Formats: sequence, structure tokens, C-alpha cells
Amino acid sequence: MATLHFLANPARFRRFSQRVLPGLSAVTALALAAGLYLALVESPPDYQQGETVRIMFVHVPSAWLAMAGYGLLAALGASLLVWRHPLAALMARGTAPVGAVFAAVCLLTGSLWGRPMWGTYWVWDARLTSMLLLFFLYLGHIALSRAYDDPERGDRAAAILALVGAINLPVIKFSVDWWNTLHQPASVMKLGGPSIHPAILTPLMVMAAALLLLFVVLVLLRTETEIDRRRLEAAELAA
Amino acid sequence: MTGFGALLARDLRLVWRRPGDMMVVLAFFVVATVLFPLGIGPETNLLARIAAGILWCAALFASLLSLDRLFAADYEDGALDLLLLAPWPLELAALAKCLAHWIVTGLPLAVLAPLMGVVFGLSGEGLGALCLTLLVGTPTLSLVGGLAAALTLGARRGGALLALLALPLCVPTLIFGAGAVEAVATGEGFVTHLAILAALALMALATLPWAIAAALRQAGE
Amino acid sequence: MITASLEVTGLSCRRGGRPVFEGLSFGLAGGELLALTGRNGSGKTTLLRALALLVTAEAGRIRWQGEDVGRDREAWRRRIAWLSHLDGLKGDLSVRENLSVAARLRDEPADRIGQALASFELEPLARREVRTLSAGQRRRVALARVAAAHAPVWLLDEPLNALDAPSQAALRAVLGRHLAAGGLAIAATHAPIDVAGARALELGR
Repeated sequence: MATLHFLANPARFRRFSQRVLPGLSAVTALALAAGLYLALVESPPDYQQGETVRIMFVHVPSAWLAMAGYGLLAALGASLLVWRHPLAALMARGTAPVGAVFAAVCLLTGSLWGRPMWGTYWVWDARLTSMLLLFFLYLGHIALSRAYDDPERGDRAAAILALVGAINLPVIKFSVDWWNTLHQPASVMKLGGPSIHPAILTPLMVMAAALLLLFVVLVLLRTETEIDRRRLEAAELAA
Repeated sequence: MTGFGALLARDLRLVWRRPGDMMVVLAFFVVATVLFPLGIGPETNLLARIAAGILWCAALFASLLSLDRLFAADYEDGALDLLLLAPWPLELAALAKCLAHWIVTGLPLAVLAPLMGVVFGLSGEGLGALCLTLLVGTPTLSLVGGLAAALTLGARRGGALLALLALPLCVPTLIFGAGAVEAVATGEGFVTHLAILAALALMALATLPWAIAAALRQAGE
Repeated sequence: MITASLEVTGLSCRRGGRPVFEGLSFGLAGGELLALTGRNGSGKTTLLRALALLVTAEAGRIRWQGEDVGRDREAWRRRIAWLSHLDGLKGDLSVRENLSVAARLRDEPADRIGQALASFELEPLARREVRTLSAGQRRRVALARVAAAHAPVWLLDEPLNALDAPSQAALRAVLGRHLAAGGLAIAATHAPIDVAGARALELGR
């Protein structure tokens, strides 16, 4: 009785998610297989970077998804604060770690990609540095939402942080770009590659789509877990 | 406006009664700054080159130190409820608290930092630039820090979490603040940096009081 | 027939995912005191916080003289004087300073402070810093703050806590004067408050 009110929306979502996940996971697996095949086998090696340019097919979509993930966190945060939608809080809890992992993957692949070119594992490139700061913003969100004994308080605090963070992201990106041009001469080659050749575009888009599907699958799975966890906590309290 | 003035006056009076709290923060700034030459080496040219960045970073950390008490004291003694129930906008109360923090932390740092700049061998213009950029940049730090403090009220490990939340958001101010001081040395773009610092401060002023008020209301729930 | 100034209908609140109370309804007219009784955890504090709009209720309405208080929150906040189980006092300020700051924070004139201090026999302590006072003395200062406010509705959480017998009598006298002037009061309390116009509402599962 006590938990019925709470279960209304998240329960419906969970049932929907249960129905959708198997098919979606299959499609994701196929897309990943296709994308990896195109990326690793079909696309040509770069004339300068050789085989290592293939890392870009994971690095670039990861960057996009990390940024989109934070945008999602901000949207969910607004939804929680304005409409008090219980599902928004749980989905935000599920999304943050996924987005953080994509940011970390972007950083790792960027580091691995840079190694053959510059001989070091880290370069203070504008985009990598921005992504590092985005990763910290994710960590802050994750830590804040779990820093309270009352999980709802954590959800709402994290929602405010996500909104402020999202507004600040363009400012952070702008200032890091500025900082980079100030401190490094223009001869540094951008990690994005000299240009996006059409032959690279198709595998890139397929990988991007595949990773997007993976993102969605992971978020759905994690949201289900958060719903279950919240139900369990509510049941324990009511007992 | 009476409420705003009353809150500001109250907080300033409280600091006046316990000046040690403020002195500790400034002492930390001095100690932290001195640590760098000890860690890096006393080579004068190198120190002059990195002075702007180090002083700005130390100012940032010192600012953060006093932040976790910004709202926590009111939260613990029940005065926060009275602010939440005051019949004037909570956003103004948030602004008053951040302003009090700036007067007690940012303003003294802007005065103290040039003294440390001498220790680092900054030029005369560099010192002036340092003071000016800190004056313009530290209000943003107080506002961002105020938000982090309000968000972490009553949280576990609040102090470290506060730093984790505030520091990434302070990066733009740090970049342009330190960048402005270096621009003076190279002789270009100082005014641009300063203008952007001011724009950042205005942006913070236009958005953060509402976020801080929202966070304070969450704390009252 | 006394008409109720404060009307609460169907109020429900949840804390930490659990419902604390549901469907609470009552009316309170000028000159009446509502004593909230119930065991610890029965929701007395939550109800007070919900009435002060510090906590958002899940359902229900709070009406003051027919109008929903949520429509003009600032006006409602002006009408209530709040006492939580914490005193809300600044230790480094004197008793009198605390009361005058509280008045200015409410944007109110300081004309009732003298009388409030006298009512609770705080005049000899007026210049002492609050951190040097005992718990009972601090509670009296907090009550004086409420008495000095120009607010018709008093929301009090455990006002009798830490008070000795003479102070409890002083509180009853102050409450009596407040109610006689047409004010309302809602107090969460373990012990009964013996004042004319008092009713009780028991909360609990």
C-alpha cells in the first residue's frame, strides 16, 4: 500500500523496458558487429597514422555520447525538479555512470591514439582536456547523488548540479579552447584527424549508431536496477 | 533590501567576532603559495613564469576552504529555516551569503596575492594585473562555491565533495584569470581576458543565486 | 460560530519514500491552539514543516481565510512565526542582537523586542552572548523571538523542551496573550499545554 504510489510510473517503465531490451540488445550486437567490421577491416588506413587511426571509430562516438549523456542528465534533472517525475531521478542515476564510462573510454582511446604520434600517453589537447573536465563533472554528479542517506535528497541535489553543469559546459569548452591556443603553437595536429574522408565517414556513422544503441541498452538496464533498488529500500522501510 | 542588508551585516559581524576563521584561510594561502618554490626549485625565471598560475590556484583552494561553513553553520543551528521562511526572496539571501564570503575571503586574497607575487618575482604590472583579476574573478568563485556548499549541506564527506563539485566549474575563471596576468607579461590581450572574467562573473550572478536557492530549499525538505 | 481562519484539507506527506500521514484535515480559528500529540516519528515535525511550506506535501490544501497559501508564499511566510527544535540563534551574538537581527530578517519593526524579553525574564541576560547561556535560557530566547514577531500564526516544535516550571508558566502566559489577541498557534508537544482555547490532534499510525 505504502509503495503503490511510488510504483505507478517506474513500474510501467520497467515493464516496457523488459519487453524492449531483448530485441534492442540483438540489434545493438548486430550494429556493433557491422560497425567493427567496417572500422577494422573495410576502411583504409590513414596515410599518416597508419592502422592506429582506427581508434578514432571508438574515440569520436564516445566523445559524442559522453556529451549527449550529460545533456540527458540535465534534461532529466529539469524533469525531476519541475515535474517531480520519479522516473527521471532513477534514470539519471542510471545514466550518469554510463556517461562517465563513455567519457573515460574517450580519454583512454584518445591517450592510446596519441601515444604513437606524440610519444606520450597524455597531451593537453583542448578536446581531451574538455573531456577530462566533463568526466569530473560526471564524477561529481555520481558522488553527489549517493552522498545522502535519503536518496531523494541526493537525486534532487544532483539534478540541480546537472543543470548548472550543462549550462557551464559550453563555457568550459570555450575557455579550454582559448587556453589551448594560448599555450600551444598552431602546429599541433588536432586529434580529430586532418579531415574526415568520405571512406571513413560510413564506418564512423555506423559505429556511432551502434554505440548509441549500446548507450541506450546500458541506460535501460541500469535504470531497471535503480528501480529495483529503490523498491527494495521502500519495502525494507515499510516492513 | 532591508533583509539583504541585515543578513550581510549579521554575517560580517559574526566574522568580526571571530577573526581567526578568516585569518586561517589567508594563512593557508600564504603557506600553500610558498610550498611551490620549495617543491619546484628557486630558479627565478621559472617562478616568474608560473607565478600567475600558482597564485591563482592557491587563491582558488583558499577560497574553497571556508566554503563548507558558508551554509553549514546556519543549517546546524536552525537559522537556515528562518532564512527559508523570510518574507523576501531566498535568491537575495543566497547572494548576501556569497557576498559576505567574498568580502571576507576574495577581497583579502586580492590584496594579499600581490604581496606573494613579489616573492615570485612578478613585475609591477603583473602585480597590478594579479590584484585586478582576483578582484573581478573571486566573486565568481564565491558564487560557484556557494552553490557547491548548498548542494552538499548535510552530505557525507561534504568537504571533499564540495571541492570535487566546485573546481571543474571554476576552471573558466582560473584560465582567464591566470591568463590575464600572463598576458600582461607578453603585452597583449589583458583587457580581453579581464572583460571575459567580468562576463563570467555576470553570468554567475545571473544564474547561480537561483540554483543556490533551489539547493537550499532542498536542504530544508 | 467561530469560522476557521486556517483550514487544512486532505494533507498527505511522505518522507524518505514512506507516507508519514495521509488525508489530514482540520480547521483552526483565531484564538485557538492546536496541540499535536503522538509518538516520536508520528509526523508532528513534518506537519509543521508542511504548514510552513518548507516541505512540499504530496496532496491536500492549506487555506488561510479561504485562499490557498501556496498562491502567495511570501505573504504566508510573513504571517507565520517559526520555532523548530533547534533554536535558530547565533551563539556569538548577544540575546538582544539575535532578536533585532531576527526582526530585521523578517523586515519587521523591532518594537516588540522589549516586551518579549520582559515576558521571558531575559532582560538581565540581554547583553550576554547566546553561547554562554544554558539550553533552557536559549530556548527562552528562541521563544522571545517568536513572541516579538508580528505574526498571527505560530508554528512551534516542542516549545516546552528544556524549560523549567517558571519558564513554562511564562510561555503559557505569552501564548494566552497571543491567542486572546486573535492569534493562532500549532504546537507539537509531548506534554499538554494548559491554555484556554487549546485542542489536541493526535498523529500516529
